Amino acid sequence: MSPIATRRAGAPHTSMFLRMLLRAAVLRRGRAASALLAMVVAAATATAMLNLYVDVQAKLRKEFRNYGANIVVVGKDGAALPDGLLNAVHAILNGRGLAVPFAYVVARTSDGQSVVVAGTDFQQVRKLNSWWSVSGWPQASRDALVGTRAAAVVSSQGKPFDLGFQGRIIHVNAAGRLSTGAAEDSRIYVSLADFENWTSVQPSTIEIAASGSPEEVNSVITRLTNALPAAEIRPVRQIMEGEARVLGKTRATLLASASLIILTAALCVLSTLMGWVLDRRRDFAIMKALGASEQLISSFFAAEAGVLGAIGAIVGFLIGIGVAAWIGRVNFHAPVVPRFNVLAWVLLGSIVVALISAVLPISLLRRVQPAVILRGE
Amino acid sequence: MFLRLLYESFRRQKRRKALAGVAITLGVAVATAMIAVATDVGDKISRELRSYGANLLVTPQEDTLDLQIGGVDLKPPSDGTYLKEADLPKIRGTFWHHNIVGFAPMLPVGVEVSGQKLTLLGTYFSKKLTFGKEDFTTGVRITHPWWKVQGAWPDDESQDVLVGENLATKLGLKPGNQIRIGGQPHRISGMLSSGGAEDNQIVTPLGVAQQILGRLGAVRRLYVSALTKPEDALARRDPKTMNAELFDRWYCSPYVESIAYQLQEAIPHSHAEQIRQVAQNEGTVLSRIKGLMLLVTFAALLASALAVSAAMATAIFERRGEVGLMKALGGGNTTIAALFFVEAMLLALIGGLVGFVGGAVLARQIGRSIFAAQITIDPVLLPVILALAVLVTFAGSAFAIRRAVKFDPVYALRGEG
Repeated sequence: MSPIATRRAGAPHTSMFLRMLLRAAVLRRGRAASALLAMVVAAATATAMLNLYVDVQAKLRKEFRNYGANIVVVGKDGAALPDGLLNAVHAILNGRGLAVPFAYVVARTSDGQSVVVAGTDFQQVRKLNSWWSVSGWPQASRDALVGTRAAAVVSSQGKPFDLGFQGRIIHVNAAGRLSTGAAEDSRIYVSLADFENWTSVQPSTIEIAASGSPEEVNSVITRLTNALPAAEIRPVRQIMEGEARVLGKTRATLLASASLIILTAALCVLSTLMGWVLDRRRDFAIMKALGASEQLISSFFAAEAGVLGAIGAIVGFLIGIGVAAWIGRVNFHAPVVPRFNVLAWVLLGSIVVALISAVLPISLLRRVQPAVILRGE
Repeated sequence: MFLRLLYESFRRQKRRKALAGVAITLGVAVATAMIAVATDVGDKISRELRSYGANLLVTPQEDTLDLQIGGVDLKPPSDGTYLKEADLPKIRGTFWHHNIVGFAPMLPVGVEVSGQKLTLLGTYFSKKLTFGKEDFTTGVRITHPWWKVQGAWPDDESQDVLVGENLATKLGLKPGNQIRIGGQPHRISGMLSSGGAEDNQIVTPLGVAQQILGRLGAVRRLYVSALTKPEDALARRDPKTMNAELFDRWYCSPYVESIAYQLQEAIPHSHAEQIRQVAQNEGTVLSRIKGLMLLVTFAALLASALAVSAAMATAIFERRGEVGLMKALGGGNTTIAALFFVEAMLLALIGGLVGFVGGAVLARQIGRSIFAAQITIDPVLLPVILALAVLVTFAGSAFAIRRAVKFDPVYALRGEG
């Protein structure tokens, strides 16, 4: 026996099988490429849609946090909050949200009018209430943020003014105007340090914007309630319910759209691959005429389709991730994080669709005599 | 001869034509449904965003400063001015009254109940009003959808009241009990949970609060919930600096600023302001969701175009033998290509028509199941969709037709290819 024959005797079937697979792809480049293209496009759209669907929740939640606080901590029966409470709140939040203290008193202006003065942390409140329209944020000590309606009373030209509380007077500069369209317009905001020096009143409210899903926010509420028995913790239902509702509807619409798109893409693959396999009925007939078993032929076509599906899925996955990231950047100004667990689903779906579109025409061809096909009828 | 070829092609190759037709129908249906959903989703989401509550606040023009801390009004009732309740139905007469989802007047009054100082809030729950010949209902049940009542909502004409849940626990009150306010007994119809200051207040029909205050027809504040268009550069401009034409455009756009302007016109001596927390964020969220749906619609159009092209290419590729025969019998390239193109066009028109109807049904289903509202599709879209279907079918067939026509008839007839 020649050395080549000896070498081949061991594994003739596998090597022949692989060779047939490879040659089929090389010789019919055009058709194989168009089938692969369909596969890639379908996998890419599926990946992009699934990725978006998974990620859109996190993206939109970030937008919803702009609505401001979703939890409010107040002292029981209007009492001031005990010392160190803010630190406890920060420890529970653990960086996943903002907590801003507010202290309020009713002060008198120099001409005897009552006005609500609030002390807060300007750095934090700026992040929490991004809808506040402010002409200039206070920088130095004794700078105040004056609501538009309050400004008409205390300092219409932006001049410094005096505020009195229990006989103590504070002299403040109007650093900027604040406009919100709500109760804040009638208030004057000063920094917490100035406020405590002047009134010796402690913060009575902490507004918290906890990020994350409703479950995470609820767990923050539970932990706050357990850790701070001296305070009353209440969720801002207006914000939480509105968010849940809008988010739910958006997700449902996106899911409906994604299913439609993925279905269309799968149909596209199905019709292309079926055409590809049907087109090769002569190969099928020759193999059969040369004595290949039906099982072998079926597994040959199935393997071919499976490989095509897998390659298409992986290339499509990479492209789809790119598309999702691009959509994220264009629409949310933040890239969509690639979800690699989507790959498993896309891979599985692609291979299943590819197998269906290979096996379906084979079972049709099986009934036909090879001679009929080879005669070209 | 051409027509006969066409007719026989459809008659004899029913299965193949049906396959291509199904692909076109499905593609067009998905595209139609997605376009319908994408054009309507802004409207639907902006209605959902109204669940955040009112986005406009109307106050008396010459009002003194509010003294509100944590939602509790500290202003003495004698202080400041009031709006007139009789002016409220005029809101229905403004230019954008169709965009006004609802409004709720508020009248806070300080009262003493069982030795405790409390705030009593008068408002509309679901009040029937008339403007001209038009009847409508409005109140907090529309503008404050997060208010939940355990028990029953009071009737707006009755003397019944709601008690905030924290206050009810403190005073040991239950729905059905009586409460004495200012010497008058009132039945508690339910307990209110709002997650806000109202949980420690008593909420009554507006008329009850006016009686207690002794000022009939008075309203302190008015919350208005309106559907608005996201703010743009024009919206932010001061109407006083605009010329007549620009002003008309501004006035006739449903910006929150122009609706505020019209509310001030409708209600004498009032000042209307957007509630920035609600109004500003609404625009961002809305434009994000609309942008997302637009991009998704592009993806859907692309996917359906590809599906149609792929189906057409496969259908034509299978007919090389036929092309070979026609060419062998002396058919010119143009004639053969024309035959295929006319076939494709017929398929596209039939598939497009059926797909359009299917897509409209699909869009309706999506609208009904997700938003519990109709998504209707504009019939004007039909020619656009049909043109798109023909275009995509042509583009999908063109490559395959070119290949089929260029193919040597000898090989095609021998069945090699």
